[in-house]
Amino acid sequence: MTEIFGVPTQALFGQLLIGLINGSFYALLSLGLAVIFGLLNIINFTHGAQYMLGAFVAYLMLTKLGIGYWWALLVSPVVVGATGVLIERFLLSKLYKLDHLYGLLLTFGLALIIQGLFRNEFGSSGQPYQIPSQLQGGQNLGFMFLPNYRAWIIVASLVVCLSTWYVIERTKLGSYLRAATENPQLVQAFGVNVPRMITLTYGFGVGLAALAGVMAAPVYQVSPQMGADLIIVVFAVVVIGGMGSILGAIVTGFGLGLIEGLTKVFYPEASSTVIFIIMVIVLLLRPAGLFGTQK
Amino acid sequence: MKLKRNLLATLVAAACGLGATAAQAQVSDGVIKIGVMNDMSGLYADLTGPGSVVAARMAVEDFGAAAKGMKVEIVSADHQNKPDVGSTIARTWYDVDKVDAIADVPTSSVGLAVNQITREKGKVMLNSGTASSDLTGKACSPNTIHWTYDTWMLANGTGGAIVKSGGDTWFFLTADYAFGHALERDTEAVVVKNGGKVLGKVRTPFPGQDFSSFLLQAQASKAKVIGLANAGGDTTNSIKQAAEFGITKGGQSLAGLLVFLPDVHGLGLNTAQGLVLTETFYWDLNEQTRAWTKRFMAANNNKPPSMVHAGVYASVLHYLKAIEAAKTDDGTKVVAQMKAMPTDDPLFGKGTIRADGRKIHPAYLFEVKKPSESKYPFDYYKLRATIPADQAFRPMDQGDCPLVAKK
Repeated sequence: MTEIFGVPTQALFGQLLIGLINGSFYALLSLGLAVIFGLLNIINFTHGAQYMLGAFVAYLMLTKLGIGYWWALLVSPVVVGATGVLIERFLLSKLYKLDHLYGLLLTFGLALIIQGLFRNEFGSSGQPYQIPSQLQGGQNLGFMFLPNYRAWIIVASLVVCLSTWYVIERTKLGSYLRAATENPQLVQAFGVNVPRMITLTYGFGVGLAALAGVMAAPVYQVSPQMGADLIIVVFAVVVIGGMGSILGAIVTGFGLGLIEGLTKVFYPEASSTVIFIIMVIVLLLRPAGLFGTQK
Repeated sequence: MKLKRNLLATLVAAACGLGATAAQAQVSDGVIKIGVMNDMSGLYADLTGPGSVVAARMAVEDFGAAAKGMKVEIVSADHQNKPDVGSTIARTWYDVDKVDAIADVPTSSVGLAVNQITREKGKVMLNSGTASSDLTGKACSPNTIHWTYDTWMLANGTGGAIVKSGGDTWFFLTADYAFGHALERDTEAVVVKNGGKVLGKVRTPFPGQDFSSFLLQAQASKAKVIGLANAGGDTTNSIKQAAEFGITKGGQSLAGLLVFLPDVHGLGLNTAQGLVLTETFYWDLNEQTRAWTKRFMAANNNKPPSMVHAGVYASVLHYLKAIEAAKTDDGTKVVAQMKAMPTDDPLFGKGTIRADGRKIHPAYLFEVKKPSESKYPFDYYKLRATIPADQAFRPMDQGDCPLVAKK
């Protein structure tokens, strides 16, 4: 069997695929963050908590109402997105005139409160959530056993990411959004309701986080700190991709998943830090991130 | 997480300010102050966390401190599984807030750090949550009691049982910090001693979420047993993902070397059934443990106790008895008194504490029930074997504890 640095190539394929799966989550989450930052200039620290909320809504729907995964995939982002709309309307919108730091503090505080409430109610061990029956089992690819559910994650994440990118970069609605962030007064003068557009954008970004949460529920335990564990990495992904760059968030999300996957094979101890090492290097060489533009 | 750290620094500074004024107003020996320090918010919060505070309060109540005219106060803090945070809290507690004893302290890296500080200050650590057997080995201290369990006990209980039933080739998934390393080391020794072989190991960053990459490496090793030298959320995620990737179906078995009742609850019996694990306390052992659990759950949001909670209760109870007997709250003297007196409590029964600080009691090898066997809430374990007290823990002469070597 051929080997690369002492690792059989077959095993390497498996690891790359797993990297891609983790990258799907990074991409989905960083996409939401990038949309929110790009269009609202808000550093949304509540994103991790909203991802967790997405998973919990799915869990509660199943245990309290008996509604399964597929409906949760649809309903949970809407419900959590709606709470996002409320947060934007009543809290964030008051802060736009102030420094970025205030938005960051508010969202960070909200995240701590939400996580604390859920920990108090559900404990920290996490709740089980079964993989939907249609996606149980897996395929033997020869070099690895790929669970169907993981394959679904890659596909679903790619579809969501690319359609979001398409809407924002290639459609008329997207052009309004982008224009509104460049010059809100001018766009408003053309009769576009900018505040409403911004509110809905935040709701959409939050909905993306909740969607990632529902997709993560069957893979990880549904636990109050599932988002807190992930959010730091996701922020690094956004910074590397370039704050606010949609394409950057998607590409670096998947790319860093791959790099992290490889690190887990060659030097597992560093796999939780490798992304930050890359972040430092990127910031030194390209302070605006890989896909960002200097303002 | 710079922001979080800054916030914490402010909080600690504020706490110091508050503590200073309180300390001036009180006589240092008028009150026995016990600080429960553990993971209040992270992956170990269900095993330790607020439940340990409940257990400590119950011990004070059951000891009858008020009736005996002793004033006992319980304070608590979150060490976030970080040794630097834990050390700062311990120093503030001892130096400023006049805390006499620190209880619980899970997460071995933090436990070992607080162990050192407690010794420097001549205070008391009533440790229930730390797993590393080094606490009564090369890091043993005249100021520390290690109550509930340790890595040697887990290795011998679970590891020994699995090797003897044919699982003779192992691959370790090890949490990359003091606890994981100790558990891996102690289990490897048991595997090798019983004629088994370790085919490989991988050190996983702590805490982790996705273990599938490491599980695939374990699968590729073709080892019969995948030893999970981790705990809490790390363990439950590993077990869940091993099932997802068809590893258990492929014939390899998982050895959860440290699994607590809340973990089994979180996994659900469907996923957890058949797991073999070692604990020193289970709520459904006998009449006394059931009665205690009923009271505990009423005060703990209806969540059942882990063995760490039981250990906090029993160690605080014994600590108060020792103070009563020794008529002092001087840390070193009280610990000496705790070792001299036999222990007796409703959860661990009668026992002793050795010169190296190790509390001695039986350990139980449990198997997680099938969903069909579970008759009532939290009816999760069936007893496979009882490991008698004199065999459950590492013999004192094998631990390299300097306190013992001196004699």
